[in-house]
Amino acid sequence: MRRAVLAVMVTAIGLVLLLSFKPHQITATTDRPALVAQGDDPPTRNDQGDTRGTGDTRGTGDADDSGGASPGGSTGGSSSGSGRNGGSATLSSGSWTGGGATAGARTGDRAVTGGVADTVYGPVQVQILLSGRKVTGIAVLRAPDRSRRDLAINDEALPLLNQEALSAQSAQIDTVSGATYTSEGYLASLQSALDKAHV
Amino acid sequence: MRLVEHVMGTAVSFDVRGREPDDPVAVRALADAVSFLHEVDAMFSTYRPGSAVSLLDRGEITPAECPPEVTEILELCAEASRLSGGYFTARPGGRLDPSAVVKGWAVERASRILRSAGLHDHCVNGGGDIQTSGSPAPGRPWRVGVAHPLRPGALAVVVCAGPGVSAVATSGTAERGPHILDPHTGRPATGLASITLAGESLTVADACATAAFAMGDAAREWVEGLPGLDAFAVTATGATWRTPGFPAAPPVLSPASPPVSSPALSTGPSGVGARGPGRC
Repeated sequence: MRRAVLAVMVTAIGLVLLLSFKPHQITATTDRPALVAQGDDPPTRNDQGDTRGTGDTRGTGDADDSGGASPGGSTGGSSSGSGRNGGSATLSSGSWTGGGATAGARTGDRAVTGGVADTVYGPVQVQILLSGRKVTGIAVLRAPDRSRRDLAINDEALPLLNQEALSAQSAQIDTVSGATYTSEGYLASLQSALDKAHV
Repeated sequence: MRLVEHVMGTAVSFDVRGREPDDPVAVRALADAVSFLHEVDAMFSTYRPGSAVSLLDRGEITPAECPPEVTEILELCAEASRLSGGYFTARPGGRLDPSAVVKGWAVERASRILRSAGLHDHCVNGGGDIQTSGSPAPGRPWRVGVAHPLRPGALAVVVCAGPGVSAVATSGTAERGPHILDPHTGRPATGLASITLAGESLTVADACATAAFAMGDAAREWVEGLPGLDAFAVTATGATWRTPGFPAAPPVLSPASPPVSSPALSTGPSGVGARGPGRC
């Protein structure tokens, strides 16, 4: 399995800020995206590779085969390289939404990675962090940023989104409702991550 | 126990609580529910030339010759069309395609199959449209996150299930593009990024969510006039609105910290406040 890019999106500052970042390519499959703590320190947490690998199973490969990791996908998954790439101070405000990132350092926690799926806006991939059976964090590994339509939406929406959006961490949800996904789109959905995790 | 079945062009997730993974009753009920969904798929698929809906559309069979499920769905479509002033149509783009009603109806039926088998506490999620039953754990209602249509991975709101709220349906363009047409203009509806309807029946909520999405912001007033249904919408620019009765869960302030015990509530087990399945 050859994944073109796994990069971390800075959800706390919204999609707009992403547009100013240069796409950052990471090609090594073992080079998982750094998970950035909610607080000030941006340590990489590659020591979680074992548990994160468990969730990163067939689904991802299927989605890649279906085009999620196409060359377009690799640029579409634009993001900062977070801590590793000397990101600016604002980056530390978190690719993991919520305080779950600090919990990520404890043993017994695990991360489950959803597959990559192409939505109409581009490839999307999410990862959830679990402490026991509880969702403690969520990271968007890939999010679309390329289309003009996204640009317009993001510019207008940012102030509102910052107020309105909730992190899955604080929400303590059992299931997720959303615009109907296709069978392939399911792989990238939060519901898929919840199902995999058997939360 | 959990099960994910790929059917009807999407993934249907079953989440049954309070049963061991190999519980024979649960295994059998889930198998029944899954085979029902495949039967529905075969009947209603517009992609299968031999499906009852395709045959009916081409005039090769009459409505009377259709399976009773098809007749039921066509009646539901007519009802949804009437209720929405024509915003819902079983013939989007001309061809007979009752898909917008079928999925919610099928998921609600699947939930009913589980309940008939004694699996009271469960949740069926069909491609993002949800029918819940009972509760996920004693004293706690189902909490349904609504995916934010403009921020992948984030939630726009959380619905708290309870009396009269066991179904949550969301219509939007994030996953499949602008596929919902405004039947009055023939153009894709673009006013909303997504709209979520909460009510008791997923059949009703799903059909109304599709019509409401086609209406755009006008859906707000329309849903307010529908008994037993409430709506939450994210507009194309990221603003949100909701009808007054929308069962949004209160925000969880600090999930990481232990709950603060109040002296007033810790005087005895009969104390009011933290009890009752309706508390989110």
